[in-house]
Amino acid sequence: MIPAPFEYVRPTTVEEAVQAVAEGGDDVKIMAGGQSLIPVMRLRLAAPETIVDLGRVAEMRGVREDGDALVIGAMTTHAEVIADPLIAQHARLIAEATETVADRQTRRRGTFGGALAHADPAGDLPSVALALDAEMVVAGPEGRRTVPAREFFVDYLTTALDEGEVLVEIRVPKLAGDWGVRYEKFNRVAQAWSIVAVAAAVRRENGHIAEARIGLTNMGPVPLRAPATEAALAGASASPDAVAAAARSAAEGTSPSSDLNAQADYRQHLAQVLTRRAVATAAGL
Amino acid sequence: MTVTEDPATTAPSAPEKEIGQARRRKEDAHLITGETTWTDNMVLPGMLHMALVRSPVAHARITAIDVSAAREAPGVVAVLTGQDVAEEQGSIPSAWQVTPDMVNPGHPSLAVDQVNHVGEAVALIVARSRAAATDAIELVDVDYDTLPPVLDVEEAAKEGADLVHSHLSSNTSYHFVFDAGEAGTGSDTEQAFADADVVVSRRFVNQRLIPAFMEPRSVVVQPVGDSFTMWSATQIPHILRVMAAMVTGIPEHKLRVIAPDVGGGFGGKLQVNPEEILALLVARRLGKPVKWTETRSESLMAAHHGRDQVQYIDIAADREGNVKGLRVRLLADMGAYLRLITAGTPALGAFMFPGIYKFPAYRFELDGVFTTKTPTDAYRGAGRPEATFAIERIMDELAVELGMDPLELRRKNWIDAEEFPFTTVAGLEYDSGDYDTATRRALELIGYDELREEQRRRRESGDPVQLGIGFSTFTEMCGIAPSRVLGSLSFGSGGWEHATIRMLPTGKVEVVTGSTPHGQGHETAWSQLVADRLGVPFEDIEVLHGDTAIASRGLDTYGSRSLVVGGAAVVRAADKVIAKARKVAAHLLEASEDDLEFDGGRFSVRGTPGTGMAIQEIALAVFTAHNYPEDIEPTIDADAAFDPVNFSFPHGTHICAMEVDTETGFVKIRKYACVDDVGTIVNPLIVEGQIHGGLAQGIAQALYEEAVYDADGNLTTGTFVDYLVPSAADLPHFDTDNTVHVAPGNPIGAKGVGEAGCIASTPAVVNAALDAVRHLGVRDIRMPLTPERVWRAVHEGGDGGDRATAKTNAQGAESAQAPSTGTSSTGGAL
Repeated sequence: MIPAPFEYVRPTTVEEAVQAVAEGGDDVKIMAGGQSLIPVMRLRLAAPETIVDLGRVAEMRGVREDGDALVIGAMTTHAEVIADPLIAQHARLIAEATETVADRQTRRRGTFGGALAHADPAGDLPSVALALDAEMVVAGPEGRRTVPAREFFVDYLTTALDEGEVLVEIRVPKLAGDWGVRYEKFNRVAQAWSIVAVAAAVRRENGHIAEARIGLTNMGPVPLRAPATEAALAGASASPDAVAAAARSAAEGTSPSSDLNAQADYRQHLAQVLTRRAVATAAGL
Repeated sequence: MTVTEDPATTAPSAPEKEIGQARRRKEDAHLITGETTWTDNMVLPGMLHMALVRSPVAHARITAIDVSAAREAPGVVAVLTGQDVAEEQGSIPSAWQVTPDMVNPGHPSLAVDQVNHVGEAVALIVARSRAAATDAIELVDVDYDTLPPVLDVEEAAKEGADLVHSHLSSNTSYHFVFDAGEAGTGSDTEQAFADADVVVSRRFVNQRLIPAFMEPRSVVVQPVGDSFTMWSATQIPHILRVMAAMVTGIPEHKLRVIAPDVGGGFGGKLQVNPEEILALLVARRLGKPVKWTETRSESLMAAHHGRDQVQYIDIAADREGNVKGLRVRLLADMGAYLRLITAGTPALGAFMFPGIYKFPAYRFELDGVFTTKTPTDAYRGAGRPEATFAIERIMDELAVELGMDPLELRRKNWIDAEEFPFTTVAGLEYDSGDYDTATRRALELIGYDELREEQRRRRESGDPVQLGIGFSTFTEMCGIAPSRVLGSLSFGSGGWEHATIRMLPTGKVEVVTGSTPHGQGHETAWSQLVADRLGVPFEDIEVLHGDTAIASRGLDTYGSRSLVVGGAAVVRAADKVIAKARKVAAHLLEASEDDLEFDGGRFSVRGTPGTGMAIQEIALAVFTAHNYPEDIEPTIDADAAFDPVNFSFPHGTHICAMEVDTETGFVKIRKYACVDDVGTIVNPLIVEGQIHGGLAQGIAQALYEEAVYDADGNLTTGTFVDYLVPSAADLPHFDTDNTVHVAPGNPIGAKGVGEAGCIASTPAVVNAALDAVRHLGVRDIRMPLTPERVWRAVHEGGDGGDRATAKTNAQGAESAQAPSTGTSSTGGAL
């Protein structure tokens, strides 16, 4: 449980961070809380040459409003996300999902941006970011660019972040209108990763579901939306039967893995059940 | 139950009895804050650090080891392979020769020419820092010529199976039989089955578990001249000293073993570990102190595992539900080697399968079988949880077959309160108890009638969440053990325990116990015993333990034996102190011994109020020794050894109410109530704590924990991400209570509580889950009851299927392929 030797850099600004990554040699890892990185280093499953620790980059921490969007600094810890009044008001789904992440100790150190950039398929926050149509603001040697969540998650533990790039902040559109949200997580013990989870945001209008957004956790190498279910719900009556019918297509197009906790077919079954429950709760049924 | 101390309830005049007080534990402040000596805290001048190179393959010949790069690495002092220590490492001892012809292949601490499980040590590195030793592990180059892994115990037991140890003729280490007919404790089993109206046969799997103690194993050895001091995070410093001396040839009197504060064990530290032997060898060779502390990954992979047996259970009864016979055939997965009580652990269960029921006939057969997995050995309950699971599960299956209420079937067959002491078909004499009273109280605690009503409603409405209620009316054997009984079972040790009481001149008291704690609360409980007996304040008593130079005689802590045997020795020693003090008191008070009474710590002359001497004053008097009787030595210190004549038999009724979400397979304990009879309760807070912890571990076997190997023999549950240990967040509130039937076999009247919760709870939980979904056609679900297994059992039939690759985990085979170790007549009403 002792990592292999590595260089350690602790920048204080985004510019310094980008520079440190550029100068860090062939195998640089960015540490944004270290709740996944440190364990794999201790197990020597990873042995980076340089660690760039973003823990002192103050500008990457905190939540602010910017017009119709919330801007969440990538280094905002899970505990800060859970307690943040702006998130509670405009993006409650993020807080609800974050409350289910690991344990209290992990939530004190782990960060929102770190979880997104790590892109573990069993992680809870990528599917939430996807469901909320978040945008990732990325800094690199060439300057800043913005990547929508739909394009950000590329493959298993792989994002659209290019070599040398740092995820700086996440822009989350505020939900306008009568939205209900629910993060339905399924795991075996409280601190465990999701076997499957479903993030649902539902906008109600005149007894109908006007719009539904559904993010699926751990139903493939990347977080997914459930487009068939979303389409079936758009304009549907806010009734248990309509929701149940729509949820039956939640697993369409998914390719979940098989492991000790679940075979793929069971995961697909769970996705349907959990989607039904998440949407029903979000719709206030 | 009261868990706080209220000073207002302690009247200053009449000192209250300590026994029965919910004293907070003396030891907790330093244990919880860590301001104490854990073995890994030890730092000695010039201390070196050991790290182990472990096999990444399950089964292979070692064709070459190149350690040259590791030897050159910075900070590295020495690198040793199995060849280097082959002559001096001996074999890890097996303390229990279960049968005269039991085959022990020998267990090198460092593999010499073959590895037989993933994680087996093949080389060791000694360096100036832990980091340097760890870095050098990757520099050792081992060539392995792989052999086929042997993973499924049912396959391994067959004729012609691939062999774990190629120099042996089979993978079966021993075949142990207990037949009540032959032993004269019961009638003929085959006849009983032939005559029975109903026979139910089942195959149960007790999965492989990992003890998962909190403090990793750790050892420090310091050479001092030609002597050695070993600190180890062990449950058994005394046994370790004897065994390590025998293994290494270091004379016993040149070896001192110290178990400082030890952070849990659950049987996992009831071992003579290869790493302990290696640290001793390194210290001897280099003449320097050396430390080894395992990582959590090493602990899960290489420290011994528990359980892992396949059970074929046949039960015979008449139509009215009177049980007529029980037949048990076990395949126990030993893993690759025999460690300290690898062989004996499943055999210990032989006597407990009949449980609390009056079987007229009983036959038990057990094969201990080698596989290429980590050795199994003692784990909380050691043999009794396996037995309890089997009997409590098969009683439910029989009840279903007969269309009887499971509790009614139990009542019909259990030993009635007035029948104690009762000699069972396995030949054990159960000491005391009342199963009916405990059961009635447990039913009340859980609110049985309302739950049954809710179950009915949910069934009728087809609720996706179904409710089930499961019972476990269990007993177990504690107080290991009567030495003569152990001798008759060819166990390599006795079962007595030792204590010394030292009366200090200032009136304080030192209690030296041979029963070495690793978190149980001995210091508190022993203080309560002595405070009552000697009439000295609880705070004036210090309990010393765990150092063979201080507590020179002892047999340590396992099998819920500490209070029942070790505590009894303390009480005996206290009585001897009083007897010695009485002579001095008579002399100083100028009275006849017969006229003295001893009460509340004072000797006084009967009928002469106002006279008297406190026992502390007598302690000072014999210290100064200016005036004491001519015919005695000037001391009132005393020691005592206690060897019980029988085991003690705690019992209880555990009831679990379980919600099963049939849509997802998720199971959730709704309520859990248990009433345990552990005899006299010295400290209710400790008893309740032990019950809670035991319940957590027993429930964990039912629902969460399983050591899974893949088809190549790799441990796939190698971290706590995959080996799921539940936390408080995953467990329900426990409604607990006790009945008290004093154990006649020891002066305290206690029966033992360390394992009860763990032994009792597992079948109650599984029975509850099955009760919830039996009407949906489910007959069995394999442990642990993962949501996927429950869901598959409900929707696809069967027992939920494999989690591991087929045929790797003693769970891939089908019942039909079960090897018959005895008669083949398993027919009847399946």
